Amino acid sequence: MAEPGIQIIAEVRERGETETMEINMGPQHPSTHGVFRAVVELDGETVVKVVPHLGYLHRGIEKIAENRTYHQIIPLTDRLDYMAGASNNLGYCLAVEKLMGIEAPPRAQFIRVIITELSRISSHLFWAGATAHDLGAMTPFFYMVREREQILFFLEMITGARLTPSFFRIGGVAMDLPPEFHDECMKFVKAFPPRVDEYEALLTENIIWKSRTKGVGYLSAEDCIGLGVSGPMARAAGINWDLRKNQPYSSYDKFDFKAAVYNGCDAYDRYRVRMMEIRQSNEIIRQALEGVPEGDYSITMKGALKPPAGEVYMAIEAPRGELGFYIISDGTVQPFRMKIRAPTFVNLQSLAKMSEGKLFSDMVAALASVDLVLAEVDR
Amino acid sequence: MTDVTKLKSAFPDAVLNVEEFRGDVTVTLKREALLPMCTFLRDDPDYSFRFLSDVTAVDYKDKTPRFVAVYHLLSHEHNQRLRLKVPLEDERPEIETVVGIWPTANWHERETYDLLGVKFLNHPDLRRILLPYHWDCHPLRKDYPLEGKGEL
Repeated sequence: MAEPGIQIIAEVRERGETETMEINMGPQHPSTHGVFRAVVELDGETVVKVVPHLGYLHRGIEKIAENRTYHQIIPLTDRLDYMAGASNNLGYCLAVEKLMGIEAPPRAQFIRVIITELSRISSHLFWAGATAHDLGAMTPFFYMVREREQILFFLEMITGARLTPSFFRIGGVAMDLPPEFHDECMKFVKAFPPRVDEYEALLTENIIWKSRTKGVGYLSAEDCIGLGVSGPMARAAGINWDLRKNQPYSSYDKFDFKAAVYNGCDAYDRYRVRMMEIRQSNEIIRQALEGVPEGDYSITMKGALKPPAGEVYMAIEAPRGELGFYIISDGTVQPFRMKIRAPTFVNLQSLAKMSEGKLFSDMVAALASVDLVLAEVDR
Repeated sequence: MTDVTKLKSAFPDAVLNVEEFRGDVTVTLKREALLPMCTFLRDDPDYSFRFLSDVTAVDYKDKTPRFVAVYHLLSHEHNQRLRLKVPLEDERPEIETVVGIWPTANWHERETYDLLGVKFLNHPDLRRILLPYHWDCHPLRKDYPLEGKGEL
C-alpha cells in the first residue's frame, strides 16, 4: 500500500484530472551560465517539453565581420567562446591561412598549440567546477579555479590578456614566448597531474556526484551523429572522433596523445572525457614545451592582406566540439561572407532530446553537461 | 579529397558544377535534386556523410541567382568533407528542408531563415532563433545597413 498522498495523486492521474504547468527557466537562471531561456512544460516534476529561446547575446558578429579587414576580425573571434578564446583565434587564423594557401612557421604552430591547450584546460576546469557547483558540490569549484588562475596567469604572461588573448595573427603569432615562460610553465605542467588526481578524488567516485550524473542526459551515438553533436559530448557516446587526431592541423600530428573516449552516453562520462582531456592536454603542452623549434614566430607579409577569391571551410577541435569557419573571399581586403559553425549552438539542440520525459533536476545536469557558452551560441 | 565521380554518375542531370579549391570540394546542384542527393550521400557506403556540419546561405547581392544555400557534410567513416551549393530563385528564396535526413538541420535552417530570409519548405518549426520574434528584416542580407535603419 502506497502512502496516502501518492495514492491520491495516482487516483487523480487515473481520472485524467492532472494538468501540466509551464515554467520559465532563465534568461537569468544560474544553471544556464549566461542568458539562455527555456520554457519548460512540467507534469509534476517530469519534463514534458522543452522549448529553448536563444539570442539574448546576439551581436551579429558575422555581419560585423563582413565590414572589417581580415586582421580586424581576430579580436571579434575570441568574444565567441570566451572560456577558450585562443581556440577561436586559432580556428579563424587557420581558415584565412587555408584561404591564402600559406602556413605558419613551425615555431608559431607550437606556440599556438601551447596556448590553445592551456585554454582548453582552463575551460574544462571551469566547466567541471561550475557543474559540480550546480549539482550541489561547492568544494571542487575552489580547487579547480585555483589551477585555472595559474593558467590565466600564463596566458597573461604570453599574451597580455587573461580571457581574450587575440594573440594569433594570420601567418603566425604576435610575439615570441617570454624568456621566463618555459621554466615557469614546465614547473606547472609537472605539478599539474597530482592536482587532477585531487579533483578526481573529490568527484569521480563521489556517490552523490555519480547519482546526479550517471545515466542522466542520455544521448546515444546514433542521436549524437543525427543531431550534429561533436566534441566531448560525442566522445562520451563512444564516437572516436577528435579533429586534432583525424584531421590534424597546426602540427598536432607531431604530438603523442589519445582521444578521450567513453561509452556511457551520459553526463558522468562527459565529465570523465573532459578530465581525461585535461590530462592529455597537459601532456601535449609538455611535449610542445620540450620541442619548440627555433625559427621565426611569424611570416612576414607586405601590404594589405588580400586573399584570392574563393571559399574554404576550416574546422578545429575546440574544447566544446567542432568549431568551423566558412569564409568566402571576393579578393578584397574584407571577407565577403563569414559563417561560424559554433559547437555549442549545435550541441544545445540536443537538450530537448536529453531531458524530455526525465526529472526537472536532471535537466539542470543535462544542460550543464553540454558546457554551453552563450556568447558562442548567440554569436 | 572527396571523389565525386560516383555522385555524378548517379545524378547526371542534377550536378551543375564541381569545383575544388584548397582541398575543399564543392558540388553545385539543382534545387529539385537536393533531397534525393542528400539521402544518397548519407546512405551510400562510398560516401556515408552521416554528419551535417553546417547549413547556411549566401547573399550574392547583384549576381543571379542572388541566394545560394550551402551545406557542409562530414563523413566520419571516410574522414572526408563535402560542400553542397544550391542556387535559389531570386525574389522568394525557398528550398526544401533536410531535417528529415539530418535532424541537426533544424536549428541551422532556423538560423538561416532568421538571418537571410531563406524559407525552408516543410520545416517542422520555422521560427526566428537569434533575433526577436517580431523582427521584420533579415540582417545578413547585403542590403541591410550596418548602422542606421533597422537598429534598435
